[in-house]
This record gives sequence, structure tokens and C-alpha cells, in this order.
Amino acid sequence: MSIFLNENSKVIVQGMTGSEGRKHTQRMLTSGTAIVGGVNPKKAGQSVDFDGAGVPVFGNVAEAMKETGADVSVIFVPPAGAKSAVIEAVDAQIGLAVVITEGIPVHDSTYFWAHAQGGSTRIVGPNCPGLISPGRSNAGIIPANITKQGRIGLVSKSGTLTYQMMYELRDIGFSTAVGIGGDPVIGTTHIDCLQAFQDDPETEAIVMIGEIGGDAEERAADFIKANVTKPVVGYVAGFTAPEGKTMGHAGAIVSGSSGTAQAKKEALEAAGVRVGKTPSETAQLMRELVGA
Amino acid sequence: MRVRWGLRCLFVDLFEYQARDLLASHGVPVLPGGVAETPEQAEAIAREIGTTVVVKAQVKTGGRGKAGGVKLADDADAARARAQDILGLDIKGHITHRVMVAQASDIAEEYYFSYLLDRANRTFLAMASVEGGMEIEQLAVERPEALARIPVDATTGVDTAKAAEIVDAAGFPAEVRDQVVAIAVQLWDVFAKEDATLVEVNPLAKAPDGTVLALDAKVTLDENARFRHAEHEGLEDTAAADPLEAAAKEKDLNYVKLEGEVGIIGNGAGLVMSTLDVVAYAGEEFGGVKPANFLDIGGGASAEVMANGLHIILSDPAVKSVFVNVFGGITACDAVANGIVHALQLLGDEATKPLVVRLDGNNVEEGRRILADANHPLVTLVDTMDGAARRAAELAA
Repeated sequence: MSIFLNENSKVIVQGMTGSEGRKHTQRMLTSGTAIVGGVNPKKAGQSVDFDGAGVPVFGNVAEAMKETGADVSVIFVPPAGAKSAVIEAVDAQIGLAVVITEGIPVHDSTYFWAHAQGGSTRIVGPNCPGLISPGRSNAGIIPANITKQGRIGLVSKSGTLTYQMMYELRDIGFSTAVGIGGDPVIGTTHIDCLQAFQDDPETEAIVMIGEIGGDAEERAADFIKANVTKPVVGYVAGFTAPEGKTMGHAGAIVSGSSGTAQAKKEALEAAGVRVGKTPSETAQLMRELVGA
Repeated sequence: MRVRWGLRCLFVDLFEYQARDLLASHGVPVLPGGVAETPEQAEAIAREIGTTVVVKAQVKTGGRGKAGGVKLADDADAARARAQDILGLDIKGHITHRVMVAQASDIAEEYYFSYLLDRANRTFLAMASVEGGMEIEQLAVERPEALARIPVDATTGVDTAKAAEIVDAAGFPAEVRDQVVAIAVQLWDVFAKEDATLVEVNPLAKAPDGTVLALDAKVTLDENARFRHAEHEGLEDTAAADPLEAAAKEKDLNYVKLEGEVGIIGNGAGLVMSTLDVVAYAGEEFGGVKPANFLDIGGGASAEVMANGLHIILSDPAVKSVFVNVFGGITACDAVANGIVHALQLLGDEATKPLVVRLDGNNVEEGRRILADANHPLVTLVDTMDGAARRAAELAA
């Protein structure tokens, strides 16, 4: 098993005909992902050639789902159109919408997240590398050749630290690696992934990567303490990053946490998570836990 | 000033006079006034207002009053003198370059009102209190029951009914209720239409004649929304930025100056943050050597971007060594290695400080071979991130 994404996933790409969308669609196809279509209202009915294989373009997400049975959409639509692209995917009730787009205004991401509540769509991102279940499917921009299918689950705010950790533990392999993104408002959280990894029989242990800002790691620590029985190792980036200098402190009142890396590390350790000082040390802790 | 969430998103705080103008443009009642950069300009504004004015330092920090940055002036001559006193004043490290001159108002009562992004709950939040004036974090700690907090759904926003819910939850008195409801709707207009992450009015004041006015405001805007706000151009205070940060911004580089000796270049915000930590950690062994900057050159890592980044870092006199830490994900390491070699060629004699390079990931063998073949005297290749950090710290000690 894996979480959120498996060998049966049928993937469409919103923004497939743009340069980023086209490049990464090719990469996803090369790594064995079942890409069944693209969405672009201006190019509906056309087909895009990827190494001799034609991928059909549909006018909207609902039509693409009806014609292909797609259950995952990867979104590369630029910031100005990203909000309506996500809303379109949510309204079509697709199971998983992976928002790769970087630089989406927070009013837009807050809106589409609120819009998705009560619906049937899981949103990953925005501003994230997506997720990969190695050897099965790859929805996003995570390089597929770093590692193989295996027994570790990974959830990370950071893209490059996701790649780094997959590389460090490439001999053991991963069930699924999820890059949830580091924006202030994101769809799928650390907690959502921890729950899914806990429930996934193939995942034996979990790596969780966080960074300064917000209180997601503190919440995840509480969740681990109460709900996760599988071993978890953690890494937090940003001990030496400059603190955000805010004039007002209204935000701090709301978050209820200082948001520092130190506070996050302490919260995770209090929940029994072993936290590495560097990515390599974190990988070593994982090796000790899984005996590899 | 730039506000960061974990070095990723960029939010921009406005000066009070900018916030005031923004509020006024959405119909929020404010007192007449203007901004001055010289005592003469302050005098002219005061003369036009024609009543007692308040001269306020425009700095992006609290505690202006205590620092002597807020003064009353009875007439235009006094306003010039007060502006003379305040311009140039150092308030908690912020030099005052501008003053706002506004009509002074007697205050009968002070209230508080704000909208902000509630990150943890992924929604917006209205906060309101009839006990305004004091610092809001103090109120939240000392009298939490006096601060109403009402979530605002991003899809429905604030209409008159929602505004009334917020205003009533905060217990505004009947005689100002309708005015405050109207202002709450206008402030939401500012928050939503300007792509703000914070709109805070403190105090929202009742004048002796019963009129409610926004006397001081803080507004923070989301830089990601700049593409639909051409009119926000120029609101950012580039004069206050560090010169290296300003130079980096011109080259579109995500650079933050820090107080250390090891220059850092990496790809991806998370990896670069991690690199800073690993260098600081390794630096403990070498007398407390620390990272000199944050610089994320992003996924592309072309020769040109690498050269621009190296140029900025090498022009920082505090830098004694440079650590280039790249994980080749989408970018292949051979391209990154070629970028480094080409960047060093472009920089020529300007490159004088030792570079420690760590490459991993996609096509790493080819990348390492390119650097080994180039055999540049300043470049040391180290296989692991921890080992490279240690070497860079040692070279900077």
C-alpha cells in the first residue's frame, strides 16, 4: 500500500500545455504515472504529444474525469488562474488535487481551502513538490529516480529537504513521500499524513520534516502522542533563520506558539519523536529504528 | 519591513500614513492629514488643517510615543518645530525619515478592531474590543474575555450582518454600534480587496461629538498578490533595506543578510534553512562561526544565477568562506557544476574567498567530475552536507 496515490491512480494535469506543465507531465509519464489527460479550455479536443504518445486535452476537469475516470489532478496553472483551477477541480469532486503553483496569494488559498470543506477533494499544497509513491505513481515534480518503493513514509514542508531525505534513505525506500508545502495556508497537513501513514500497513516508520513558522509541528506532536504508534523521527529547519519582524503581535496571539524551530523540536521530543540535528543525523536515527 | 513566514512568503508592512490612505480610499473615516519629509512640508500641512495637529514619526515599530516620536502642535509654526525634533529620531533602531501631520482629536473612548489571517485554522479572523488603546497582546493576556474573536469564512466574507455579529460580540455601546458596523464592512473591503493579511485599527476612537474614527492603523500586504495590485508598487520601503539585500532584490534573488562569516548558497528554502543550521552547528567547534546569509537560488541554478549569487556574497566583507550546498532534484548536478565553474570565470579576480561545494542527487558523479577537472584553486569538493559545513566553518574560523 501507499497513501493518497497508488498504481491505479489516473492523473490529469491542469496547465499541461504550459511550459512547466508540459515538462513535468513528461517526467511523470517517464516515471510510469498514468497520465490520462490535460485540461485547457482553449485547447479542448487537441492532443499533446509526449514521446509519441498522445495525451488528450479536455475543456474542463469534470469532462476529463467523465471521459477518463481520472481521480487525481496535478495543477500547474499560474498564480492568477490557480484559484479558479482548484475550485474547478473541487467542484468536479476529484479525489486529490495537487497544487504545485508557487506564489498564490494567501486570500486565494484560504478561499479555495474553505470552498473544499465538506466536499470530496483532498488538496495537497499549494507551493509544494507534490507526492510520490515510488514505483507506482508520481503526482508532481519530485524526481522519481532518487529512490524506490519501500517501508518509510515521509511528510515534509520543504521540497529540497524531501529530496535530500529520500536520497539519504534511498536504499530502504519509501511507501509515499508527501511534500505538503510551506505556505501559510495549505490543504493537507502533517497530521493528515501522519494519520494516513499510521493506517497504511506498508509503512513501518515515518519521517516528519518541519520548519519555523506557524504551529503545525506542535499540533502534529500532540497528534503523534495521542494517535501514532509507529516510530517517528523528525527534523526541523530554521534554528538560525531570522525571526519574522512583525510590527503588531496580533498574529502571535492567534497562533498561540512562538513558531521557533526550538519550540517545535521540544514539542516533538516531548511526544517521543527523535529529532535529528541535521538531515543526515535524522536519516541515521531512522536507520537505527528500522534496523537498516 | 518584510515579514516572512519561514522565509517563504513575503508580507509587507505599510507605514501608518500609507495604511491611513488605504483605509480612507475604502471610505473608512480618518482625520485630515498628510505626510512630510521636511519641517517645511509639515508646516504647510498643519497650516492647511488649521487646527491643533499631531506630528507622528513614521517608523515600523511600536513605542513611538515613549520615544518622543508623537507630539502635539498648536499651530503651523509649532508643527514645523515638532517635525524638526522628530525627523531623524532613532526609535528602536529605526531612523525617522517621515512624519505624519494629522488633525488632533479629543478622544472620548478608544476601541480596537482587526482582521487577520488565522493560519492555524486556515481562515480569517476578526478581533474586536471596546477596550482599545493599549497593546493588543497585553489585552489578550490580561483580559481575554474583553477581546472578541470571530472567524470569518473566506468564501462569504463580511457583510452588514456578519459585521453586526462581530460588533455585538465585542459589546460595542448602542450609540456607536451602527457606525462601527459600517466601518467593519469598510475594513473588510480593505482586507479583501487589497490582499492584506492584517488590517488593524488601534485605536478606533470615539470623538466627543460621537463620531467614530480610525486614528492609527497597521496594514500588512501579501507580496504574492502583487500581480493584481499595480497600485501597490512603491509602498515597500526599499530605503530601509540592507544594501546587500537591495542589490540581491534587483537581481531577483531571495537573499537575507545575517550576522556571520560563512556565505551560503543553496537551492530550495528548506534546504537553505537547514544549511544555515548545519553550519551554525558545525561552527560551534570553531569559536562560534555562523552563517552570513540566507540565499536560495531556486530550482534552476543556472550559471548566471549562480554568478549573481556569488557576486552578492563575495561583496559582503564579513564573509570569509562560502558554502555552496545543492541537491540536484530537477536540476542535474552537472548543470550546477558547470554553473559554478562558469560563475567563477565570470567573477574572475573578484572571487577571492574559498568555496566549499557539496553536490548530491541527480547526475552527481558527472557534476563532481566537472568540478574536479576544473580544479579551481578556491574550490573544495566535500561529499556530505555535514562534512562540507564543517569544512566551510573551519575555513571561516
